[in-house]
Amino acid sequence: MIDYLRGSSGVVLDALAQHVVLAVVPLLIGALLALPVGYLGVRFPRLYQPLMGLSGIVYSIPSLAVFVTLPYLLGTRILSPVNIVVALAVYTLALMARTVADGLRSVDPALAEAATAMGYRRTRRLLEVELPLALPVVLAGARVAAVSNISLVSVGALIGVGGLGELFTRGFQLDYAEPIVTGIVLTLLLAAVADLLLVLLQRWATPWTRTAGRKG
Amino acid sequence: MKRRTLLTTALAASGAGLTLAACGAGEDPLAADPSTEDAATDALVIGSANFPENELLAEMYAQVLEASGVEVERNFGIGSREIYLRALQDGSIDLIPEYSGALLAAVSEGGVPEDVSTPEEVYEALEDALPDGLTVLEQAEAQNKDSLTVTRATAEQYGLTSIADLAPVAGQLTAGGAPEFAERYQGLVGLKEVYGVEFAGYRPLDVGGPLTVQALLDGDVQVANLFTTDSSIETNDLVVLEDPEDLFLAENVVPLISAARGNAQIAAVLNAFSETLTTEKLTEYLARVQVDKESVAEVASAYLEANPIEPAAAG
Amino acid sequence: MDPHGRTEGLTRVEDTPYLLDPARWSGPGSIPQLVLAHLGYTGLALLAGVLIAFPLGLLIGHTGRGAWLAINAGNAGRALPTLGLLMLLVTLMGLGVLPVLIALVVLVVPPILTSTYAGLRSVDRAAVDAARGMGMRPLQVLFGVEVPMALPVLFSGLRAAALQVVATATVAAAVGLGGLGRLLIDGLAVNDYGRVVAGAVVVAVLAIALDVLLALVQRAVVSPGLTGRRSRRTRGRRRPDTPAQSRLDADLA
Repeated sequence: MIDYLRGSSGVVLDALAQHVVLAVVPLLIGALLALPVGYLGVRFPRLYQPLMGLSGIVYSIPSLAVFVTLPYLLGTRILSPVNIVVALAVYTLALMARTVADGLRSVDPALAEAATAMGYRRTRRLLEVELPLALPVVLAGARVAAVSNISLVSVGALIGVGGLGELFTRGFQLDYAEPIVTGIVLTLLLAAVADLLLVLLQRWATPWTRTAGRKG
Repeated sequence: MKRRTLLTTALAASGAGLTLAACGAGEDPLAADPSTEDAATDALVIGSANFPENELLAEMYAQVLEASGVEVERNFGIGSREIYLRALQDGSIDLIPEYSGALLAAVSEGGVPEDVSTPEEVYEALEDALPDGLTVLEQAEAQNKDSLTVTRATAEQYGLTSIADLAPVAGQLTAGGAPEFAERYQGLVGLKEVYGVEFAGYRPLDVGGPLTVQALLDGDVQVANLFTTDSSIETNDLVVLEDPEDLFLAENVVPLISAARGNAQIAAVLNAFSETLTTEKLTEYLARVQVDKESVAEVASAYLEANPIEPAAAG
Repeated sequence: MDPHGRTEGLTRVEDTPYLLDPARWSGPGSIPQLVLAHLGYTGLALLAGVLIAFPLGLLIGHTGRGAWLAINAGNAGRALPTLGLLMLLVTLMGLGVLPVLIALVVLVVPPILTSTYAGLRSVDRAAVDAARGMGMRPLQVLFGVEVPMALPVLFSGLRAAALQVVATATVAAAVGLGGLGRLLIDGLAVNDYGRVVAGAVVVAVLAIALDVLLALVQRAVVSPGLTGRRSRRTRGRRRPDTPAQSRLDADLA
């Protein structure tokens, strides 16, 4: 194992760097798009169920199929990492639109009414009251999406763009467990770090949950 | 109050910025000329197929070019020929190590002409058959051919020395190998046409890799599509069946390069490199990767140290 | 060459779309055969996963000990790259169905464990107390009151796990096995985009069908008193019955 790490450290670090970029960029894009989409599901209640159904369907499409099909749909080059980024952004969107909608719905209506009574108009109320209160749920969804993305990036190795996934295919082709183990461990570490960062973000962004005590 | 607004606005701003950046990156391939994107870095992008030997060859190309001052970018482990040829044509990669006969079969519409089989004949036909925009440099002496391989026990049981011997017994045997082998002319399709060999079944496994070797040794398949430089053939006393009809053509290692990206220096360096490469050496160095598990980068530089190219050609 | 298509230049062109070509529906490597293999991997993995995770979740949820395991299993399980695990298992164990099943079971256990725990936690304490007050023994309380009341959350976890397994079972093809992933991997290898799309479509349809099936089972098994189907009077807050909500409840606890 030591020999492997010493000899292939360059390859491993490149794979790690690529993996981080391919997981984080779609997370941000998907999360941002999920805000308006999730909001629409709450603002127009009839949209909620179809939205949830659609996101369920999107999640059932195997990631490899999406990676391979996107070049034809988008006109991107076949090896372009953009395919991975777009695919994972769509998955993130599917997952986080749900949580944004659920988060907004979980806000106590009394608080929203109080805000209206204080003179907040719809947009300001949304941005300054409802969304912040929904943040715990939304960020919990972001944690799920982040970890899920980090795991899915490796599937891209089957089309040559896979971050740490390339360590899996490399080891597999050589009947060599060391690269695979390295890839798995680094993936898990990356997920743990991402999860931790989001938990810290949540603590910072929602200070009232720290002292408010337990729910139920 | 303010902190939350700040957070929401910050998220919105960074997200918008990233979305724009991503859109920018995504729009480049849709723009007219892929080479304008590479022109910014001007690095030669070297790709490889998804098996170790091709990666080793690609790494050798990369290192020998870097030693001559050419800037390269590596993009290895792409996939089967069908995928990386697309990548070459749309500019994702510029250079890849190829095998003359298999490439000729892939680009010849209507199949390879009948009288073509020796390395020289294949190379000539290849130069004609390649689509515009792609060109080959000089080929090496080294060959790595597709093969049908069996265990010694199977060979003795059915009296097999050549592929022709398979015809009467193939219906009792299962074959295995790369998924693409099932549909290629240099595969099951040609085996049926040229030799009348039709197997009872075919198991798509991996590209001449450990899955295929294991399946052969376990008896899950009786005939395997392996590559002739594979060390497992020697290690496991496997028998490579002869190919009297030359279905699997001469397969000399040859650099396939996008015509727009080639230049005299690159050609000189790679041609000098190709002159040093023989089948024995390729097999020997590949074994260091496959059996000794040395990294591709280490083995490639070891090869280049042991086989320096002519200083005059390095330019 | 291949009666179903030909190679034009460098791309494979099929004469008829993959799913409509009758030859693809019979014989070896046919779509029904792949679907059966795929369902086999999925079903076995779900069964084994439930057998492992459900009792464990019950134990943790009922005794309240080891809660950290149930809460964090969800995150850790989601982080583990199934493709990598599978390739590692095959490298160590060799070719076969067992590595695939192990990798898929590892995928199934965390959501079932988390949702079993979350489901038990979501049960109204008053109902449990009432049951105890009526003289029911602990096991009777568990299976007569707690589990039935936790069923909506349990089912949402099961459905989420089923969805994941159906989509992920496609990786079996990357290590030489069958299942619908063959359409993806082989289609990729020969640059047959139609085949890849066909594979994606069949997997998605299968996933939806399985989800509908489980939803029907859920409808039959879960007491109407829980779903609030009959009472139209109560508006506002609804029970959590989406996988996202139950997952989040567990994450936030």
